[in-house]
Amino acid sequence: MSLREIRLSTTPSDEAIADLRLGDIVYLDGLMYTAREGVYMRALEDQANIPMELPTQSAANFHCSPAARINDDGSFDMGAVTATASFRFSKWLPEWMDKTGAKLIVGKGGMTSKDYKEFFVPHGAVYLSTVGYGTGALLGRGIEKVEAVHWNEELGLAQAMWVIKCNKMGPFIVASDLNGDCLFERENAKIAKNIEKAYEGTKPAILKRYGESDDRSDELI
Amino acid sequence: MINIDLIESTANELMQKAAIEIPEDYLGGLKKAAKDETNELPSFVLNVMLENYEVAKEDRCAMCGDTGVPRWFVKLGNEAQVQGGMVALETALRKATANATNSVPLRPNRVHPLWRTDHNNNVGIGAPEIEYGYEPDGEWIDLITVHKGGLFGTDYRMLFPSDGMQGIKRFYLDSLMAFGKRGLACQPAIIGIGLGGSKDICMNLGKRASTLRTVGSRNSDERIAEMEDEFKELGNSIGMGAMGFVGKNMVVDCNIEVGYCHTGGMPMSVHAFCLSSRRAVARIFPDGRVEHRTDPDWFTPYQRRETVEWEPLLEAAHESS
Repeated sequence: MSLREIRLSTTPSDEAIADLRLGDIVYLDGLMYTAREGVYMRALEDQANIPMELPTQSAANFHCSPAARINDDGSFDMGAVTATASFRFSKWLPEWMDKTGAKLIVGKGGMTSKDYKEFFVPHGAVYLSTVGYGTGALLGRGIEKVEAVHWNEELGLAQAMWVIKCNKMGPFIVASDLNGDCLFERENAKIAKNIEKAYEGTKPAILKRYGESDDRSDELI
Repeated sequence: MINIDLIESTANELMQKAAIEIPEDYLGGLKKAAKDETNELPSFVLNVMLENYEVAKEDRCAMCGDTGVPRWFVKLGNEAQVQGGMVALETALRKATANATNSVPLRPNRVHPLWRTDHNNNVGIGAPEIEYGYEPDGEWIDLITVHKGGLFGTDYRMLFPSDGMQGIKRFYLDSLMAFGKRGLACQPAIIGIGLGGSKDICMNLGKRASTLRTVGSRNSDERIAEMEDEFKELGNSIGMGAMGFVGKNMVVDCNIEVGYCHTGGMPMSVHAFCLSSRRAVARIFPDGRVEHRTDPDWFTPYQRRETVEWEPLLEAAHESS
């Protein structure tokens, strides 16, 4: 089996999403916005008005802080873009999807199949993972234009909502599908078979840590 | 006397080089990994990474969007003198960090831990870290910048002599498993292991083992060098590759550094220097020469000395008397 390459719109049709398979390589076209904890907290907890028409303009949410600057004349320079680990944002995503109709969550490392089944699949959404990680320069070439940056003053450069126009931006890897299956968990399960062998001849530490025992009345020796 | 403006301009250049140019030793290690990898997904990932390094150099663009947390290691020859003194040196390094954050650009990663406030320039309380080392003989200074990731791949544990090699291996594998899944450690990585020291020094040794030693280097203690080979192989035997996919390459190389510790303990730290192993080095001389390189060459015999006096100096003194 060789890997499939797919061009996908950032406002994808339901059919286009249904067609995606775990491990497909995807390149994106259209507008994509960055949103991570800063944007989620401001939009969902502080109830600030989201400064874009979503999902009409974009259904693609990038978990990313770009290496970028705002010039004195108000223009933008964006160098490298790379995703940040998504598992930390799980608690905001169901409400975010309700509010914005996001269909493509793009980030690092994916979420759990539980998350996929609980709120990705009901929203018709899938997860795309960046590759590497750290193909920042390559992804930078897929940015046709930085359209806008929102909430920069409130959130700072790293947490601001950047809107970028993608032109064959990628590669990304399809890490969840509409069954709610998870590419990373599939790989973990295969690796698990070999773990015992790798651990042969090792032994647990003499002094335990809480976490290895969750009973705080336990001693750790 | 080393000119302070030359220090600042060199530091600016190093910030840029570190962010954009993958060091040759790491590149060589990754090319070998890409060649050996037979599994389709990690093989795709490694080849895309190799392409990314080329694009970064061509476009003069940071190789990774997360440009890490810039820090400095400064090594001074014993006779080195800096114009304006060490306060001027630290100011120059802070200026270069801020300037390069804007000019490359780098991601302004540094924020206050509680208030999350941001100067948008990677400078703040204790940031960038500046650490020092000294070397007998020489009027030069070495500036080394390392932009290591700041979130995943690092752990510390107090082990004890009775944990032995079996315990060391267990904690090593646990760290790789914990951060290797889903590729959070951005592997294949240069894994640095610190053994010994007090807790802070143990972390420091591991950090330096991963960032200040190169792929292919070996500890000068032969038995530790053998451990490095064995641990590299052990890490790659898990069957986990790039992005946590089934694969052969988790560890590009494993470097171990040791320091004397409490007689009852055997503290251990594990660090991972990622697919964007950002480091750049320059030696600056009082006559204005600047020599760029990518090998920090930090762990000299002097840095690993065990004796009270520095013996070569003693020997020289004996010979002249």
